Amino acid sequence: MSIRRILIANRGEIAARILRTCRELHIETVLAVSMADRLSVPAALADRTVCIGPARASESYLNAAAIVQAALGTHADAIHPGYGFLSERPALAQLCEAHGLVFIGPTAAQIEAVADKVRARSAAQHAGVPVAAGATVVSVEAAILAAREIGTPLLVKAIGGGGGRGMKRVDRLEDLPAALELAAAEAEAAFGDARVFLERFIPRARHVEVQIFGDGTGNVVHMGERDCSVQRRYQKLLEESPAPGLSDDCRRQLHAAAIRFAQRLSYRGAGTVEFLVDQQRDVFYFIEMNARIQVEHPVTEAVTGLDLIAEQIAIAGGAGLSFAQSDIQSHGCAVECRVNAEDPANNFAPSPGVTREAVWPNGEGIRVDTHIASGSSVPPFYDSLLGKIIAHGPDRKAALQRLRSAIAAVRIVGVRTNLSLHAMMLADPEFQVGGVDTGYVERLLERDPKFNETRKNG
Amino acid sequence: MTLTAAEVAEILRLVEGSAFDELSLELDGLKLNFKRSADGTNNIEQRDNASAPAMPAPAPAAAAAPAARRVAAAAAGPNLLDVRSPMLGIFYRAPKPGEPPYVAVGAAVEENTIVGIIEVMKLMNTVRAGVRGTVAEIPAVDGALVEYDEVLLRIRKPD
Repeated sequence: MSIRRILIANRGEIAARILRTCRELHIETVLAVSMADRLSVPAALADRTVCIGPARASESYLNAAAIVQAALGTHADAIHPGYGFLSERPALAQLCEAHGLVFIGPTAAQIEAVADKVRARSAAQHAGVPVAAGATVVSVEAAILAAREIGTPLLVKAIGGGGGRGMKRVDRLEDLPAALELAAAEAEAAFGDARVFLERFIPRARHVEVQIFGDGTGNVVHMGERDCSVQRRYQKLLEESPAPGLSDDCRRQLHAAAIRFAQRLSYRGAGTVEFLVDQQRDVFYFIEMNARIQVEHPVTEAVTGLDLIAEQIAIAGGAGLSFAQSDIQSHGCAVECRVNAEDPANNFAPSPGVTREAVWPNGEGIRVDTHIASGSSVPPFYDSLLGKIIAHGPDRKAALQRLRSAIAAVRIVGVRTNLSLHAMMLADPEFQVGGVDTGYVERLLERDPKFNETRKNG
Repeated sequence: MTLTAAEVAEILRLVEGSAFDELSLELDGLKLNFKRSADGTNNIEQRDNASAPAMPAPAPAAAAAPAARRVAAAAAGPNLLDVRSPMLGIFYRAPKPGEPPYVAVGAAVEENTIVGIIEVMKLMNTVRAGVRGTVAEIPAVDGALVEYDEVLLRIRKPD
C-alpha cells in the first residue's frame, strides 16, 4: 500500500529526522507528543500533533494503546517508532498488525526473535555466525560449573535487554553468585525480565556493527559497517564508517555474517547486527541485533548517499528494496558525535534545562540532526541527546578535521554538554590513529585530571 | 491557501457539535469567521489574507481540530472549571449510540457524575465531573478523537 500519513511515535532529534524525510516524500505527519513536548521543535514541524499523555514516558511514549488509538483517530496509515521507547517492543508491532496499521519496522515475531538475547545467539550459531562462549543460567550451581568452562573474565548479561543494564563483569569465580543476583535485579528493574546468561568477556575488543536492510522475503543487503567503540558506560558517544584499520578480509566476513543472520530471519526493514572484534586474534563475535533505525544511522547515510528513513518507509509500504548490493557504494569517511546534555565536571550527570541559546555549525561536509534551538526545553524525563554532528570527508583525516572545526563552532547556553570530551578525544593521538577499543574513553578520562576529580565519587 | 467545500464542512461539523456560537479561524493566508445566529442559521465568511507570509500549509483536516481547540481554550471564564481528558481516545457523550447523553448543557453535576466515556483500543473509560456545578459548555465533539489534557466540558461553579 502507499503510505500517505505517518504517525511518529517518538520525540527529540529522531522525530525531527523522520519529519524531514516525510516532508521530502510528501507524506503527511502526525506527531505523538507528551505534555512535556507540546512546544518542541518537532511539534512545530509536524503537520499535526496529538498529545498522548503526561510527561512521564511510561504514560505517553511507552503507552502502545494510546499511540495506536492516536494513529487510528488521525487516520494515519502507518506508525514510525523511531528508536528506543516502543521501537523494539513486540506489543506495538502486534497492535499495528491487529488494527490494519503499517508498522515501519520488522514483524512482531522478528522483534521477539532478536529481543531475547539467548534466542538471538542461537539463531546466530545456526546461521554460521560466531558467538563468544556462553551459557544460560538455570541455577547458581550450574552457572558456577559453566563459568569454569567459559573462564574468566566473563560477563553476566540480561537476556531481555541491552544497553549495559543488567550486565556485570566477573573477574573471579567467587564473585559470580553476587554478580548473578545483582544483574538479575537490574535486569528485572530495567526490562521486567530477571533472566541472565553468561558470556566470555573479550578484552580490548572493538564494537563494530553492520547496517542491513531486508525486504521480508529473504533478500538482504548490507550498507557497510560502523565502528562504535567510543563508549562510556556502554553508551555510544562517537561513531564512524568505515571502521578504521580492519583487514579487508575481516570487513567482508562481518558484512557476510550480518547478511546470513538477517536472511535466516527473513528480516524486514532496517536492522543492525552488532559484533565485538577481537583485534589481537583477528576474529569477531555476534553480540545482538537491533531491530530498528539507530541513532548513528547518519554515518551510513553520509558515506552511501542513501536516505535510510525513506528506505524504511518504502519497505514498509511494500515497495521492497530499491537497490541491489552492487548499487551500494561507500565514499570517504563519516564521523558522528553525540552531543548530550551532561555535565562533564559532575561525572556526566544529566543536565536538563532550557537552551537559552543554541547555535549549531554548518559548512562543507557537516550535517546536524537536532531538535534543539534557542529557547528549547530539555526535559528531565527523557534521554539527554541534544543532537548529532556528522562530518563527512574524502578520508578519515579530513572528516575528523571538519568535525573538530564544527565542534568548536557549537554554542549552547543553558545546559551543560559533553562537547569538551569530544574536543579532547579529537585532539588525542590514540584516537587520531584510529581503531580504539571499547575501554578507550574510560582510560582517557582517567588520564585527565579535569574529568578525574569528580568521577570517582559518582 | 483556500479551503475546499468539504474542509469547510468538516470545520463546521466540529463547531456545530460544540457549544460555541462563534469561530474565528486564522490559517496561513486565510481567515475564516463563523457565527451562529440566534435563529439557528449560520454565517460563514472566508477570505484570503494576501499579506500573510507564504508558509507550507499543514494538511487541512489535520489543522482543523487543533485550531478549534485553541478557540475553546480561550473561552474559559473565571467561574468555569475545565474537565480535561485523562487520556487520549475517542470521546462519547452517551453510554451507547442512540441513547441520550450523560449530561447536556445546563445539567447539574456532582463530583461523581459521569459526563462521558473515552474509548482507547475498545476499552471504555468513564470520565467524571470531578467538581460540583452546572454544565456550561461541551467543547469536545461526540465520537471524535480527544487528546490527553484536552478540555471536554466546562462546569460553572455554584455561586
